[in-house]
Amino acid sequence: MPDGYRDGNLPYAIRAYDADTLRAALRKMYLIRKFEEGAENSYTRGLIHGTMHLSIGQEASAVASCMALSDDDKITSTHRGHGHCVAKGADLGRMFAEFFGKETGYCRGRGGSMHIADPTKGNLGANGIVGGGLPIAVGAALSAKRLGTGAVTVCFFGDGANNEGAFHEALNMAAVWKLPVVFVCENNKYGMSTSTERSTAVKNIAERAAAYAMPGVTVDGNDFSAVAEAVDAAVARARAGDGPSLVENVTYRWRGHSKSDRNRYRTKEEIADWMARDPIPAFARLLVDHGVLTDADVADIEAETEQVIADAIAFAADSADPDPADVARDVYNPAAA
Amino acid sequence: MREITLSKAVNEAIAEEMRRDPNVFLIGEDVAEAGTPFKVLAGLVDEFGTERVIDTPISEPGFVGMAVGAALTGSRPIVDLMFGDFIFLVMDQLCNQAAKACYMSGGKLNVPMVLRTNLGATRRSAAQHSQSLHALVAHIPGLKVAMPSSAYEAKGLMKTAIRDNNPVVIFEDKLMYQDKAPVPEEEFLITFGKANIKREGTDITLIATSSMVQVAEKAADLLAKDGISAEVIDPRTIVPLDEETILNSVRKTSRAIVIDEGHQSYGITGEIASRITEKAFYHLDAPVLRMGAMDVPVPFSPALEDLTVPTPEGVADRARAAVRGELFHAA
Repeated sequence: MPDGYRDGNLPYAIRAYDADTLRAALRKMYLIRKFEEGAENSYTRGLIHGTMHLSIGQEASAVASCMALSDDDKITSTHRGHGHCVAKGADLGRMFAEFFGKETGYCRGRGGSMHIADPTKGNLGANGIVGGGLPIAVGAALSAKRLGTGAVTVCFFGDGANNEGAFHEALNMAAVWKLPVVFVCENNKYGMSTSTERSTAVKNIAERAAAYAMPGVTVDGNDFSAVAEAVDAAVARARAGDGPSLVENVTYRWRGHSKSDRNRYRTKEEIADWMARDPIPAFARLLVDHGVLTDADVADIEAETEQVIADAIAFAADSADPDPADVARDVYNPAAA
Repeated sequence: MREITLSKAVNEAIAEEMRRDPNVFLIGEDVAEAGTPFKVLAGLVDEFGTERVIDTPISEPGFVGMAVGAALTGSRPIVDLMFGDFIFLVMDQLCNQAAKACYMSGGKLNVPMVLRTNLGATRRSAAQHSQSLHALVAHIPGLKVAMPSSAYEAKGLMKTAIRDNNPVVIFEDKLMYQDKAPVPEEEFLITFGKANIKREGTDITLIATSSMVQVAEKAADLLAKDGISAEVIDPRTIVPLDEETILNSVRKTSRAIVIDEGHQSYGITGEIASRITEKAFYHLDAPVLRMGAMDVPVPFSPALEDLTVPTPEGVADRARAAVRGELFHAA
């Protein structure tokens, strides 16, 4: 234990989780980073078409927000949702296969980067419509309450979505019915090129929780322990039947909004400043400082994730394209109830 | 056979399915205590309680989205949208979310949800409470669209919709809620995509949806007085559409008029007429005619509103012209 800590002063993550759990969390953060770097590289090489929205720099928010969730708990995700998929336990090979448009992908190549869903892990899907997942998350929470499953839904959305009507309707109804849902706003400061200062009347998005009579808290979204502490408390509150909460993780995307972004709305200095606050080495440092891992362990984890990504890309590249004969398959579910 | 109102038929269908399957619930504005402005759902809250008949705030996109989320996670919600005109408010959740979830997930996600709403003008409700907007949702792959033409269809189609594993939108004509029709006491379902030949005939086929089926039947009565034999077909669902029954009829009669209360331009009438022209062209003795609502916002004044929707007399006039070969001269 480093100097200056007494037992009660230990960071939340160290107090709340055992070494294996913390190691797995760090591994997931590396997986997200390297998955997205691998996706970006594959895009540049022409292996992936369309566009993609990278969350590099936001990995702590995704992983720490899912710490208290089991596979029975649900998430709804966003266009910037790769991290959420990994945090909820997705297989990297099937994710890459989806990006590559292959039949082995999570959605058989029908969805792509913005629509990965994995109901077996409780992932109800990323969403191409800003704010689209907010009412859906509240509906999943209503289902859980009605059916008595005990499941909690974590609803990820960005700062842009907080100005959609769907946000306000969803928070209001979740509060009126005390539904087991946690609204996790990943405030990365810009909706495409428009800053929150220019788009949003309140200083902190969490202030909007007050309008819907629920707790709202703003945390450093690059601080794994701070995010886990806030979201875990909100999940516990939801599970206990005390209703929804809003947690705002203030973070930053290192890359542009999407592949079309020329980054003219922010300064090099601002980007460099946030890159110096990289959440992954910060979390690794926390674990080393508290004796959970050694520097050599961290290096091993990073190296192992690189191999996982290489294998995942190879799996995707070697997989077959969807059969053209199946283009109209799954427009409707043919099964009778 | 007993006769009940369309309103009662919908109520019975929902009650029966809620008794049969505890995962079915109702959600919408003023569905519980009020039982909707048309009282269609009256009494359901007494039997099923406010846990299963849920009054919402006035947040149409929000509660339709909630129904999508509930349907993705084991529930089978019936969403009540008070007026069909409000469908414009819920287009993202209906068309971007519900309609696409199954396909975009490669078949892993399902949205077994019913959205029940209404259509129909001549209620003196003006342009924002009178529209017939079923063509808008019929345009989107992934949604099914049912259009009951009587109490019998209203019950059978609703029960089928609730058991379907896809999002289904049901448009009831709000002027027909008090219309009675024979409805069996015993349970029955109506298969989607199977048209009903309401009346057989040999000279012209009248394909009509929802309340326009009554208009077509009255037109057929008028035509019979002139010795013209009209066949009347009710598709019952426009997605899926029973193309075969329509085409077989037109091959027999060689003439067709499609009648629907949506705006005539870019609507259901054009779609069905086009399919007939593509697939039965060489059987035709006259151009296939469309009769939809006039392309104007629905006016308030009775003196104007009644002009905007097809009438039995108007349909009979066009049918006579088609049968007598007069359409060629009109061009």
